[in-house]
Amino acid sequence: MRALILAEHDNVALKGVTRNVVTAAIAAAGEADVLVAGSGCAAVAQQASAIAGIGKVFVADAPHLADALAENIAAQLLALCGKGYTHVLAPATSFGKNVLPRVAARMDCAQISDAIAVIAPDTFARPIYAGNAIATVQCADPVVFITVRATSFASAADGGNGSIQAVTAVADSGLSEFVGREVAKSDRPELQGAKVVISGGRALGSAENFKLLDQLARRLNAALGASRAAVDAGYAPNDWQVGQTGKIVAPQLYIAIGISGAIQHLAGMKDSKVIVAINKDADAPIFQVADYGLVADLFQAVPELIEKLG
Amino acid sequence: MKVMVCVKRVVDFNVKVRVKPDQTGVDIANVKMSMNPFDEIAVEEAVRLKEASLATEIVAVACGVSQCQETLRTSLAIGADRAILVETDVELQPLAVAKLLAALMEREQPQLVIMGKQAIDDDSNQTGQMLAALRGLPQATFASRLRLADGKAQVTREVDGGLETVSVRLPAVVTTDLRLNEPRYVTLPNIMKAKKKPLQSVSPESLGVDVVPRLKTIKVNDPPQRKAGIRVPDVATLVTKLREEAKVIS
Repeated sequence: MRALILAEHDNVALKGVTRNVVTAAIAAAGEADVLVAGSGCAAVAQQASAIAGIGKVFVADAPHLADALAENIAAQLLALCGKGYTHVLAPATSFGKNVLPRVAARMDCAQISDAIAVIAPDTFARPIYAGNAIATVQCADPVVFITVRATSFASAADGGNGSIQAVTAVADSGLSEFVGREVAKSDRPELQGAKVVISGGRALGSAENFKLLDQLARRLNAALGASRAAVDAGYAPNDWQVGQTGKIVAPQLYIAIGISGAIQHLAGMKDSKVIVAINKDADAPIFQVADYGLVADLFQAVPELIEKLG
Repeated sequence: MKVMVCVKRVVDFNVKVRVKPDQTGVDIANVKMSMNPFDEIAVEEAVRLKEASLATEIVAVACGVSQCQETLRTSLAIGADRAILVETDVELQPLAVAKLLAALMEREQPQLVIMGKQAIDDDSNQTGQMLAALRGLPQATFASRLRLADGKAQVTREVDGGLETVSVRLPAVVTTDLRLNEPRYVTLPNIMKAKKKPLQSVSPESLGVDVVPRLKTIKVNDPPQRKAGIRVPDVATLVTKLREEAKVIS
């Protein structure tokens, strides 16, 4: 068995989630190759080839592959799928979710989304109903397509020596065009991958008050997150959203401030190593998953926490 | 321009589902069923396009059991013009649904298909992308803004780390994210009007589509429960615990 992995990257650096997908791919298929499709992405191919366990790294380099348009990336992946792969994997990120179902459909294969465990080469566990249940599903198709929830698999380390092989880029589909990107600029670490995440909820009361969390985040070198309620209220940008409809995170330390702990939020952070909850309401559901709970007014507790941390 | 919107009947988002004791699935007997919230946003968007005179007709489509008629009636009450139910008792998986929708696209020839980015029951997030691929069309997933001009759709997408804008040639498939719009409340007069709008039923066989499931659910479990830890009396104790017990801060 052999797996093909669609690498996520920004043409300069390989995204860390790809390493978690490698771990899942090797668990499922034993051996794995990687496709890096992009523009001027030679450095990414180098990084992918250094991951332990990787056989080949295919590189498709062309200007129309620069911006991860689903139509072009899917066509590129499809061109390699026929080479005897038993598994095709991508990270369960906005990138992987966008591209992989296109390829699966063209191969007339089902897809298993958001895999959290490999049970057998054709059998995987995945959350359903916003994480309120875990389904174990078996795929009957000749090629198993899987998007992988990165936080459920270890990050594959370097130590490999894969061979890099250029492949002909597919033609531009002409169906879609990249117009632009508004990347939220922040000097904080990225939410997915940060060792510490500090999230605020509706109790913060305003976008202005979220700045209080920024000071704490600075001290702990943490990424900032928010509950859906806080995002819906306009206190925090949407890409800060942690939860089933936002990002799934599993940092070493997760500090939930003024978050009640709706099921949909818990689905996004309950795999964190240590969870701290600060909330005025002693009955808030967040305390049921917190390792350390502090019943307090956040507007007193957070400044005190910043002070005590020094 | 004709717009097709695709809606799924799912367990209402306010219901806390329970895993059946025999681990064969979740118990959906006697629970409230509703339209998938992301699909409601899709219907609303289509209706706004019609109100802006950018769309001329809205066809709502659902696939599944006969009770999906209720879901389709809701979309008619929001403002769709007519509805088609692909009726079957077979468990439908995303690839099968995409094939059914592809067959209906062939019949209906819509210029734009809008549906939710995922259904809140199986959380697959596949059908729109699969439909686009099967029809050889462009896609714009996770849309938070949609503008139509010159035979193209310019779509702002919610992606990890921010927003991205793509321009796709029509016909195209768009899947909705939460911030695209806020669906209107359905009014009683519109519910009454919806009852008179046409709703047609077809079978998967009549569309020539094999809907046999490819994925077999072996079991469904409760998620592992995280145990509650301790309450700390004050900030000082919290900091001490994090430093000395959990060792997660310096």
